Amino acid sequence: MTCDLNPGRSVLHRLDPRLKLLAVTAWSLLAALSRTGPAALFALAGALAFAGLGRLAPGPTAKRLSAVNFFLVFIWLFLPFSVPGEPGPALGGLSATKPGLELALLLTVKVNAAALGALAFFGTSSVTQLAAAARRLGAPEKLTAVFLLTLRYFHVLSLEYARLRQALKVRAFRPGLNLHTLRTYANLVGILLVRGVDRAERVHAAMLCRGYTGRFWFHDHFRFTGLDWLGAVLLAILLSGGAALNAF
Amino acid sequence: MPSETLISLRDLTFAYPGGPPVLKGLNLDFRAGETLGLSGANGAGKSTLLFLIMGLAKPQGGTVEIFGRPRRTERDFQEVRPSLGFVFQDANDQLFCPTVADDLAFGPLNLGLEHEEIHRRVAEALDMLGLAGFERRVTYDLSGGEKKLVAIGAALTLHPRLLILDEPTAALDPGTVSRLEDILAASGLPALIVSHDQDFLARVATRRLTMADGFLF
Repeated sequence: MTCDLNPGRSVLHRLDPRLKLLAVTAWSLLAALSRTGPAALFALAGALAFAGLGRLAPGPTAKRLSAVNFFLVFIWLFLPFSVPGEPGPALGGLSATKPGLELALLLTVKVNAAALGALAFFGTSSVTQLAAAARRLGAPEKLTAVFLLTLRYFHVLSLEYARLRQALKVRAFRPGLNLHTLRTYANLVGILLVRGVDRAERVHAAMLCRGYTGRFWFHDHFRFTGLDWLGAVLLAILLSGGAALNAF
Repeated sequence: MPSETLISLRDLTFAYPGGPPVLKGLNLDFRAGETLGLSGANGAGKSTLLFLIMGLAKPQGGTVEIFGRPRRTERDFQEVRPSLGFVFQDANDQLFCPTVADDLAFGPLNLGLEHEEIHRRVAEALDMLGLAGFERRVTYDLSGGEKKLVAIGAALTLHPRLLILDEPTAALDPGTVSRLEDILAASGLPALIVSHDQDFLARVATRRLTMADGFLF
């Protein structure tokens, strides 16, 4: 297993991660600012094309998208019934309005366009590359360092949590709705925090031993190749096309 | 000609805040070419001693001399740490980068080396560890033994003048322990090893000391 969402060697994988970071920002903005159906559909079609170029694995990508779409369920529950306008189909005693349904549909297309675009560009870079690219584009050093360390130690801490849970289980702990359970969980969270601080101190010491003096250096050195120029130009054309659709 | 003294500790005293003294005037000379095994009961101060050598804790009294010069300030220790090749007891403390290659490159990046040189050192270390092809592997997915080997690799990419290992065989299976012994031998580096594993020390150490009551015997 690797840390990358979608490892591989597609055209998108070979693009400069800095360009990909900019592309995600631009495509998300295009999707977010779409006001018309055609513009939103254009953004979604573009995102689908990017996903194809990046050869995203369909299964995992659909799973990630469904996580995003979970939040849209709430929009579909409320928006069609709360936006005033011409009445549409009725559901039980409630009747949805046409503008409400259209708005919910527009939002769904926009959200999926932005999410799929991000998955296509982020998923085809390694996290280290993305952190390094963000750093090169001016993201604060501390923030990029924290991003990388979080990724690594989230797993260590969750394993520690799992071990503590097992230790509780082998001593016949069974959670219930009582004070003992609350106290036990409070102790569990407390010891996790204490261990987290302890570990942070040891990690820092280990970093000092390897010559860390407060600067976080990155391994990757990027080159903006002909392929990147081609990608940038194509992206610019697509973005202006999307913006034009939005204007009408 | 007697071999060069790499680390010289004189009359070291140390106590944790509010605690009893851990070291009570400890002396130690560690010379080039030797593999020194240190053992002692839990809480005898072995790890503390290593932290004092690395400048991660400051002694209340006595001197720490490394490579022939007294070391006192953080800046003094920053200068020598990359040459000391310290490997922590828990590899999870040491491996903090997403991938193996990132972690092996962390030290060399801090030294400000050229990218080609960094790639060369990472490849060299993986080759020495017998972990060729592990570059893109995620550190949290490695087995305990692999993590330990990568942690040693992370010290080796600094091209240190010696290795300092804190409980290197703890929780390792016999196969990994023998790989570790081969790597130590292949590195040709002098090593200061803290371990409870008497069989391991008997095989690798050229000199052995025991720590008790704040002194070395």
